[in-house]
Amino acid sequence: MTADVHTPSEMQRARVAYRRKQSIRSVIISAVSTAVAGVLVVVLVTGSPGWPRVQASFLDPQVAADSLPAILRGLWLNVRLLVVCAIGALLLGLLIAVLRTTRGAVLFPLRALATGYTYTLRGMPLIIGLYLLTFGVPGLRLQGTPSVLVLGAIALIITYAGYLAEVFRAGIESIHPSQWSAARSLGLTYRQTMRHVVLPQAVRRVAPPLLNDMVALQKDVGLVSVAGLVDAVRAAQIETANAFNFTPYVVAAVLFVLLAIPLIAVTDLVTLRAARRQNAGGR
Amino acid sequence: MAMRRTSVPAVALLLATVAGVSACAPEESGGEATPAASGTVSCDPGSMKTLTAGKLTIGTDQPAYEPWFKDDKPESGEGFESAVAYAVATQLGYTKENVVWTRVRFDSAIAPGPKSFDIDINQFSITEERRKAVDFSSPYYLVRQAVVAKNSSRIAGATGLAGLKDAKLGAQVGTTSYQAITELVKPSQAAQVFNSNDDAKQALENGTIDGLVVDLPTAFYMTAAELTDAKIVGQMPQVGTQEGFGIVLDQGSSLTGCVTQAVDALRTDGTLTTLEKQWLAQVAGAPELS
Repeated sequence: MTADVHTPSEMQRARVAYRRKQSIRSVIISAVSTAVAGVLVVVLVTGSPGWPRVQASFLDPQVAADSLPAILRGLWLNVRLLVVCAIGALLLGLLIAVLRTTRGAVLFPLRALATGYTYTLRGMPLIIGLYLLTFGVPGLRLQGTPSVLVLGAIALIITYAGYLAEVFRAGIESIHPSQWSAARSLGLTYRQTMRHVVLPQAVRRVAPPLLNDMVALQKDVGLVSVAGLVDAVRAAQIETANAFNFTPYVVAAVLFVLLAIPLIAVTDLVTLRAARRQNAGGR
Repeated sequence: MAMRRTSVPAVALLLATVAGVSACAPEESGGEATPAASGTVSCDPGSMKTLTAGKLTIGTDQPAYEPWFKDDKPESGEGFESAVAYAVATQLGYTKENVVWTRVRFDSAIAPGPKSFDIDINQFSITEERRKAVDFSSPYYLVRQAVVAKNSSRIAGATGLAGLKDAKLGAQVGTTSYQAITELVKPSQAAQVFNSNDDAKQALENGTIDGLVVDLPTAFYMTAAELTDAKIVGQMPQVGTQEGFGIVLDQGSSLTGCVTQAVDALRTDGTLTTLEKQWLAQVAGAPELS
């Protein structure tokens, strides 16, 4: 073993220089292409006959500034609901997936129940579930009926648990049977195998679609507004009706996108890491 | 080292994307409408520029509620707004056959795009802010807001706005009723907002809200025909200018002047009062909330 410092050959240096030149070139080309496309869009949109009126209706800075506080107050409700519903739906979904993947004839009723649950709850429109829970349940006039906010959260949780249960199940069933056999032959019980061997792998494998459902949930929590609560979109709707100006909707849309960016970035990162782990074959 | 050329299809795809994003469409014919100054334009079916020549297209929301429309059938001429719409049409010289009804959601009625109606009658309250987006005719009905509550409710005996402060109040989204709650009552608990008065009534029945704010004729109809053991707690005080319902037209519509003239004529000759007596007869005697 010599401790020589590695010096790349003439050929290798030329290769490196060529690659660098090529990447600089492609960056410049994409920048120019983007600029041209952007200018064309701007010219075509702002040059259209109805543009001044659309601009006044959808992009009025004064209306945007006036409506921002109300929309932010509404968004705070969205955020709180999102956190609660995400945790609730993940736990319930996992439980249902585990029930659905049990074996053994004795447990058939449980499996049938879990299967029926995912069929029904995924098929039912969320808004109808919300109506039934937030308008129907208080109508029973039972003692200790929770507030409509809680009822709305329950509707979201049970609906999304149906979707997430199927994602978890796909993950559990994608784990190779040899993993089960190996774990059981080491003397682990069914429960221990599920807990320590199968689920960790399964959840890791389906992390991207799970996070994808979280992004969808983030927008759907706003539907609790049918029960009378004011979320960001509803706040925007109220502001819109005051002045017959649609700018508040645009403000709400921008806020929602900003809120989604971290979640989407995490999703991309997790997906990338999972792909690297699986394809490199290493740990 | 041969340079790789950017392919023609790639450039074509880029251009197609740009075209798609900006949806190239030719300018509509018609151009800028000029608001008609009264007297300069003759108001008759022959010379009015309506969507369909010789016909008047009138928009309203679906469902259309009593007492403004009867049985969700605006074409019947029954209900206050349906009757007013036909009276305006007649005033402009349209026969009943030449009146076409169309259903328009609230949001589409106020959007900046081309309108699917000539005039829209749907309990639109006239406000200065809204005038920046649409044209209004002169008011065909002066309206007050009222609070409806169950007889058993804790606000059933309220005599002033102070008595409503700690109540849970609700209203339909996008209405001046909601503004009345936030600006007049300023309740300690956030007002609840519903998609429709139907949802709000259900919430009132369930006890999810203590009181519901609607315009007075609706309040009378609800307590008379729809809600059991509910009452009108009282009318909201009038703030600033008297609130009135106006017919909505596209901004800068050439018909605004004519429609306003028609509504003014109907007010002067007593037709509006007659129609009010016929369809909104019981709207009197609700206690005033101070």
